[in-house]
Amino acid sequence: MDIFLQQLVNGLVLGSIYALVALGYTMVYGILELINFAHGEVTMIGAMVALSVIGVLMGAAPDLPGVMVVLAGILVAIPACMALAFGIEKVAYRPLRKAPRLAPLITAIGVSIILQNLAMLIWGRQYVSFPPLLPVARFEFLGAHISLLQIVIVVLAVTIMAGLWLLVEKSRLGRAMRATAQSKEVAELMGVNVDRVISATFIIGAAIAAIAGVMVSAYYGLAHYYMGFMLGLKAFSAAVLGGIGNIAGAMLGGLLLGVIEALGAGYIGDITGGFLGSHYQDVFAFFVLILVLVFRPSGLLGERVANRA
Amino acid sequence: MNFGKFAVSALSLALAFSLSGCGKSEDAGNVIKIGSVAPLTGPQTHIGKDNENGARLAVDEINAKGLELGGKKVKLELYGEDDQAEPKTATIVAQKLVDAGVVAVIGHLNSGTTIPASKIYHDAGIPQISPSATAVAYTAQGYNTAYRVMANDAQQGRALGQFAVNKMGAKRIAIIDDRTAYGQGLAGEFEKAATAAGGEIVAHEFTNDRATDFNAILTSIKGKTPDLVFFGGMDPQGGPMARQLKRLGLNAKLLGGDGLQNANFMKLAGADAEGVVASSPGLPIDSMPGGPEFRKKFEAKYGVIQVYAPYAYDAVYALVEAMKRANSAEPAKVLAELPKTDLQGVSGPIKFDAKGDTEGGAVTLYEVKDGAWRVLETVK
Repeated sequence: MDIFLQQLVNGLVLGSIYALVALGYTMVYGILELINFAHGEVTMIGAMVALSVIGVLMGAAPDLPGVMVVLAGILVAIPACMALAFGIEKVAYRPLRKAPRLAPLITAIGVSIILQNLAMLIWGRQYVSFPPLLPVARFEFLGAHISLLQIVIVVLAVTIMAGLWLLVEKSRLGRAMRATAQSKEVAELMGVNVDRVISATFIIGAAIAAIAGVMVSAYYGLAHYYMGFMLGLKAFSAAVLGGIGNIAGAMLGGLLLGVIEALGAGYIGDITGGFLGSHYQDVFAFFVLILVLVFRPSGLLGERVANRA
Repeated sequence: MNFGKFAVSALSLALAFSLSGCGKSEDAGNVIKIGSVAPLTGPQTHIGKDNENGARLAVDEINAKGLELGGKKVKLELYGEDDQAEPKTATIVAQKLVDAGVVAVIGHLNSGTTIPASKIYHDAGIPQISPSATAVAYTAQGYNTAYRVMANDAQQGRALGQFAVNKMGAKRIAIIDDRTAYGQGLAGEFEKAATAAGGEIVAHEFTNDRATDFNAILTSIKGKTPDLVFFGGMDPQGGPMARQLKRLGLNAKLLGGDGLQNANFMKLAGADAEGVVASSPGLPIDSMPGGPEFRKKFEAKYGVIQVYAPYAYDAVYALVEAMKRANSAEPAKVLAELPKTDLQGVSGPIKFDAKGDTEGGAVTLYEVKDGAWRVLETVK
């Protein structure tokens, strides 16, 4: 029982990170029907920028408390990622907004490769380690070990998701975003500045990605130039699982994918009597994704495409 | 692709000419050319230069003493080459040395470069002795030209398995491997040895060489209450694994091979590196039979020893001893004598088995204590 609970905790923490990154995919898709493959790399850049800032601060002000240093790292990483996403949208997607849908998809992949190589040039091929700045308090709950960091990650993720929900449902910008998602043309006729709404969508997604990036590197204690690739792929799958274009779906999909992965990797060996081992961890998650798509092509919470204009 | 091949052969041809050009000025009969290959540029430069200097020290010593083969006084000449730790470059450089007429090669440094180059040396029929390549595959190709003077991964895995059960007292053992040639090979040998020594393997889990999340497999392992977790893989996975192991409250020691026994692992694992045990083939320099004396000689000439210099030094002596027995530097005759090698080297006794591996190569175990790797003991 304690093992099962531990796997559940592992999955929830992993899932909240997936969910945060998935939000960026799903928001952009909801409005532009574009899969922004560079989003995983934005997450990576967030982690790298934060780590650089943390490194500089540790050298310049060694007396600063660790939490403050990490916070400063996040506070620099967020605007850096926002600026990056703004630039990407302006350079790689906006000129192609009227082009066939395949064209921006390909520039997205291009941007992803460019960012990855740029990061390799700037930060090198080595793994960058996350310095031990955060408190390592641990709690035991029914035999499962839960660290303070894990609690912070889940609570922060839930807070961000709730905040985004409020923003989209209650604010003026949110209404403009929903209007643009339903029909760009009509929204424009109603006086919505569509370009600005789209930029805002990218920027909000990037800010969340920056936080997720720092979470991942703090959680695993390292960052590297290709960390965004697999994370992006998993988060994208989470978005599809929950129903791409749907914000609640991304949250559900992320959490679900994290839990499936943890339970899958933890139990697949025992269930199949060693026939399938834990190296099928990733396969398991994608297998569930395929199953869901076969029976519910629009994802768990996705609306039917026919409803879209 | 075709152009690439053409460029490679053109380049090696050009290089070969430039090399043979400088060799011709001397009396060809009296100079014996030996190649030495290691990365001399890139991130492993310091280790590569160390290998070359080790070989050079031996060559200079032998020349100073004077060497006589077939009734003639001969002089050894070392051709140092740079393979950049790149398999592709390694084959170009190997061909270049063969074309230049070297009679033997000391190298390469990495398993990844040694293995592709070994085919070229084998086809040319010249002996190759690597001071530092540990992959089992190197000597398993059936080449009569491939030798090494350091314990291979199989010997390391065996030593680790026996150490885990007999010295660390492990009874219930969990194994994780990263599914690479190195990790899987090491874990396989470890499993065999640990089982043979009386340990029980309670779990065998897998990951890959890009993963960072081991929470799921470690939790699953935790349910089987092992007292030792063995990881066959490298430091980028081992570091976070050590952290997650502690965080999950898994009360088991982490044990690994030479993939973990380095400074980068310490950086990635942070405080959680404490108590981790890992092995490295060979002896720490000061425990080698000829270690202190070698250190004095080497440091007077080249500065601090990095790692493998004593092995490169021994490799040259093993080669020259075979030449002496053959009373010739002709590769075919030297190859016939190499299996009979019985040398008291700086790093220990050197004897080759049928495959070209060293018999009873030493493996040293280290433990992290107070934030540094400390020697636990050396097993043969």
